[in-house]
Amino acid sequence: MTEQWAWSLAGGVMIGTAALLLYALSGRIAGISGIGFGLLTGATDRAWRLWFLGGLIGGAWVAALSTGLAATPPPVSTALGLSMAGAGLLVGIGTRVGNGCTSGHGVCGLARLSRRSLAATITFMALGMLTASAIQRLAGV
Amino acid sequence: MRERLPAVLAGLLFGAGLLISGMADPQRVLGFLRIGAGWDPSLAFVMGGALAVTVPGFALLRRRRRPLLAETFASPPTAPVDRRLIVGAALFGLGWGWAGYCPGPALVGFGLGHWTAIVFVPAMFAGGWIAARRLS
Repeated sequence: MTEQWAWSLAGGVMIGTAALLLYALSGRIAGISGIGFGLLTGATDRAWRLWFLGGLIGGAWVAALSTGLAATPPPVSTALGLSMAGAGLLVGIGTRVGNGCTSGHGVCGLARLSRRSLAATITFMALGMLTASAIQRLAGV
Repeated sequence: MRERLPAVLAGLLFGAGLLISGMADPQRVLGFLRIGAGWDPSLAFVMGGALAVTVPGFALLRRRRRPLLAETFASPPTAPVDRRLIVGAALFGLGWGWAGYCPGPALVGFGLGHWTAIVFVPAMFAGGWIAARRLS
């Protein structure tokens, strides 16, 4: 699978270009958690958020159909379902409390040279790596 | 139109990028986050590729007073690093390293009908909603 890094690099360039496009045209930060949570707050600017998120899903569909790169989800199991629910709750709370996720802090914030985004990115990368590695050790997967 | 066209264009490109990069596959993400034997570093190229565009791009835009189709650039908080930011980022990292989904890839998985993301995304919005209520 030596070409995986090339797909990752190409995808990364597309993500960066998308974030730059949104900022250059609309002045907005392409942070997915912020765009999504804005839908919950009763803000009056729902339309562009829905168009962005609709585009996000549509773009993934087009890419999946044209490259065949979409992953196959694992078999349904109660244990994995509970894990997903618990982890989803943590990701929701964490990105709301910490004002951003991989895109808002990682892709846009670092490019804006924000110290807050640098601190957040280092923190969630470190905790992500620690958690994933610890679970692998404990579960032996 | 001035708002929606940039949003949908950026969304399309962002979603396609997430999918081909491998970020929308939680197993790949966990393979990247699990340091040790069998580590898969390829996903480092995602953030590397994105930053290769945004770092010079945002630097050039700093010279402009306003975006092309709107009045002002967004101005996220410039406060010093505080405990709330670090606690939030740590909780996010915990959930990310547990499931392998961060918000963008989870929404992509949801849109593709992956059952794991169909469980994850409503829980994520519930978490954001609970946190917003506690914070206000």
